[in-house]
Amino acid sequence: MAEVVLTGVGKTYAGGVTAVTDVEFTVPDGAFCVLVGPSGCGKSTLLRMIAGLETITTGTVSIGGRVVNAVEPAERDIAMVFQNYALYPHMSVYDNMAYGLRNRGTPKAEIETRVREAARVLELGDLLARKPRQLSGGQRQRVAMGRAIVRKPQVFLFDEPLSNLDAKLRVQMRVEIRRLQRSLATTSVYVTHDQLEAMTLADMLVVMNKGRVEQIGAPLDLYRRPETLFVAGFIGAPPMNLIDVAIGPDGLRPVAGDAGIVGGLGIAVPATGARLGIRPEHLHVVGDEPAPEGGIALSYTVSAVEAVGAETFLHGRLGATGPDVVIREPGTIAAAPGTVRRVVARRDDLHLFDRETGRRIPLDA
Amino acid sequence: MEKRAIFQGRLLPFALVAPQLVVTLVFFYWPASQAVWQSFLQEDAFGLSSEFVGFANYRDLFAKADYYRTIGTTAFFSALVTALSLSIALFLAVQADRQLKGATAYRTLLIWPYAVAPAVAGVLWFFMFQPSLGLVSQGLRGLGFTWNPLLDSTDAMALVVMAATWKQVSYNFLFFLAGLQAIPKSVIEAAAIDGARPVRRFWTIVFPLLSPTTFYLFVVNVVYVFFDTFGIIDATTAGGPAKATETLVYKVYSDGRVGGDLGGSAAQSVILMVIVIALTAVQFRFIERKVQY
Amino acid sequence: MVEHRPFGTALAHLTLLIGIAILAFPVYLAFVASTWDAATIANGKMPLTPGPLFLENYWRTLFVGTSGTTRQPVGGMLFNSFVMAMTIAIGKIVISLTSAFAVVYFRFPFRMTIFWLIFVTLMLPVEVRIYPTYKIVADLNMLDTYAGLTIPLIASATATLLFRQFFMTVPDELVEASKIDGAGPMKFFRDTLVPLSVTSVAAMFVIQFIYGWNQYLWPLLITTRDDMQTIVIGIKKMIVTQDALTEWQLAMATAVLAMLPPVLVVIVMQKLFVRGLVETEK
Repeated sequence: MAEVVLTGVGKTYAGGVTAVTDVEFTVPDGAFCVLVGPSGCGKSTLLRMIAGLETITTGTVSIGGRVVNAVEPAERDIAMVFQNYALYPHMSVYDNMAYGLRNRGTPKAEIETRVREAARVLELGDLLARKPRQLSGGQRQRVAMGRAIVRKPQVFLFDEPLSNLDAKLRVQMRVEIRRLQRSLATTSVYVTHDQLEAMTLADMLVVMNKGRVEQIGAPLDLYRRPETLFVAGFIGAPPMNLIDVAIGPDGLRPVAGDAGIVGGLGIAVPATGARLGIRPEHLHVVGDEPAPEGGIALSYTVSAVEAVGAETFLHGRLGATGPDVVIREPGTIAAAPGTVRRVVARRDDLHLFDRETGRRIPLDA
Repeated sequence: MEKRAIFQGRLLPFALVAPQLVVTLVFFYWPASQAVWQSFLQEDAFGLSSEFVGFANYRDLFAKADYYRTIGTTAFFSALVTALSLSIALFLAVQADRQLKGATAYRTLLIWPYAVAPAVAGVLWFFMFQPSLGLVSQGLRGLGFTWNPLLDSTDAMALVVMAATWKQVSYNFLFFLAGLQAIPKSVIEAAAIDGARPVRRFWTIVFPLLSPTTFYLFVVNVVYVFFDTFGIIDATTAGGPAKATETLVYKVYSDGRVGGDLGGSAAQSVILMVIVIALTAVQFRFIERKVQY
Repeated sequence: MVEHRPFGTALAHLTLLIGIAILAFPVYLAFVASTWDAATIANGKMPLTPGPLFLENYWRTLFVGTSGTTRQPVGGMLFNSFVMAMTIAIGKIVISLTSAFAVVYFRFPFRMTIFWLIFVTLMLPVEVRIYPTYKIVADLNMLDTYAGLTIPLIASATATLLFRQFFMTVPDELVEASKIDGAGPMKFFRDTLVPLSVTSVAAMFVIQFIYGWNQYLWPLLITTRDDMQTIVIGIKKMIVTQDALTEWQLAMATAVLAMLPPVLVVIVMQKLFVRGLVETEK
């Protein structure tokens, strides 16, 4: 078992395009680290640098205390699960799993034991003689996992392994991967663009954007306290409402549209402007009661209602012509389109960001 | 397009291309450059010394009437075989395409002549038209036609055209059938609903859609007639009678066999190379266009 | 077709059957001739049905040879043809696989130059440079040898291009998975790339076997000894066009024997053959 340490890691391609800049973090031994971000943010490149499939331009990657920059992929003691699984199409399931062990000269009996064990854990026992094309998507995914497990590597690397599965199977495999990783306690680095997958799998979440790390932390910490506008908008579904605000005579007021926010936050907003973030689930439709202490109240024009049973989504505008705002209420509530409602949020649930730098402005300072 | 995932290695890739590279250099580039070089040389009567004569060999070649005649023969032969084998193959392919069930079976029964060696094809046809014992020539004699490819140049040309067409129909059929089957059925049905009768449909819809295949086959057939028919001609008429069936390739061979004029023979080879390269270039331009669409 | 016309369909079938009959007729005639005696054929009264001498004629053709001239029996020619076709087909496939592998999976100096050098040979059939090539083979003392018969025909841009095209479609992830599984380039080539290429290899084999078997001009020049002749050359030499004394029954038996292997390959491996032809078009 081993920890993975990245120090000042960067990647610039021969053409001068920079994919990754100055990435620095440590994945503790046995932890499940998820790299998440939109496509093109450099997360896959970073993973491939850890794997040794891409050269490292600057900085160092070390695995288990050994700097591996110049070490071949085969010598890094890692295993990787690819997005398209990369199973050898002409080999049986058994041979797919055994190939890496054979190349390393593992004794035959040992290979047999390990493959059977992995097949048992992954419920592939009956499929060992089949070829990949005779398997379903989910089964192929398991074989790819099995190929990684039998090697007993120091680190597992996953490159969007679930993105080719349908929604139902994806949830199922997500749970399974998590269970497996827990029981093996192998350090893992997992790349995905799906924030829900990232939230549910990670011990440690690394949010990336444009080749840089935006924020690192436990999933719920990132949800509760996003440090940048990007993280605020990326984590959570439906995404956080972000409203450009300025300080008016009676406190905060939106930049666009008519006034609609009642209650100031009692802090100074930078001259360049600020953006107020409120998650849909933290806005509540109320009657006449006042805003909570230190919190805010909004006037909200409902334009559409989506009732899905367990919860209700409201789409509408701040004031009559202000920015779009989404509200997520538990259960069902009555709100006809076109009506104007009063909406409140607690101070603890508000996030304020510098519009220029994107950094968080602390409300509790 | 380039691969992202590659292997490192300095000597290994050279070792891997070496066999092909060596064979190519020794048996393609070396003889080809020899031909080009020799075409500018003239040997003395004893073949002991040679001198550089520029384009003299080419000028000599084009000064002789028999070279023009060979060019004419080749053009006539190519045009006839290409036109015949393309149209017969297209006709058969259209018939086979109509039989959704039988198309594959018909394909099996029609493609095998591709595998017959040109020389063997020549022998088969010669056997039918042999003046004294050939069944077909006897039948024709019964009808009052005398048929002797050994003496009559028209008969000889007809014989090689038939044998060459016979062999080439199957290849063209294969491509036409594939081309026809690639045309979406809905397009044909739309035309039918628009009131186009089958024959009109063929000329206004099917044939234009088939034009890439037709063009490709046209080039391939011309190259075929140039080179692969050597065996047919050698096995049936040997270029005769009186050089009536002598194509450019056959002339290179027979002039060279007689020996003597090395420079002239080389000049003929070079002209052939230029023709093939021009044909291939035409084909590439066409492929390029196809890629763009 | 859209219309349902039983008559039209029947007509199409009829047309196709006539076409097939015309294509098959010369071959049928050759087969019939190979089962009669020389005299029956020579007097021009050969029936259109097979005669009684099938076994005798083929026995003589294969193991004895014609009587008029001192020609080799065809058995040895069949063997030569087989060696030539197999060597050319396998040789082309092997050197094309390795060179395509190098061009696609490595970056090395002059990579594209070498690729183009190979590519241009597409345009130079052996016929256009026949005598200079002959001279080189003669200088290398390869006349009347299997090496001289096959090696000059082995370099093939067609196969290299086909394999290159196929390799480009192999997902990059397979290379990466192999690297992580500890396989070097040659191990990847042997364990993964070649097994994946079997269909392309087989398709190429069919095409190149026929190409090799049917070679005419090259073996005609390169072989002077009777025992080095291929069957396609042999049959031509049995026929003296001006001479009615040609032993036609033996010549026709030879023709049938010369056609049989490549025709069988095409029919048995029809799918691969069609694929090979169509893919080399691109």
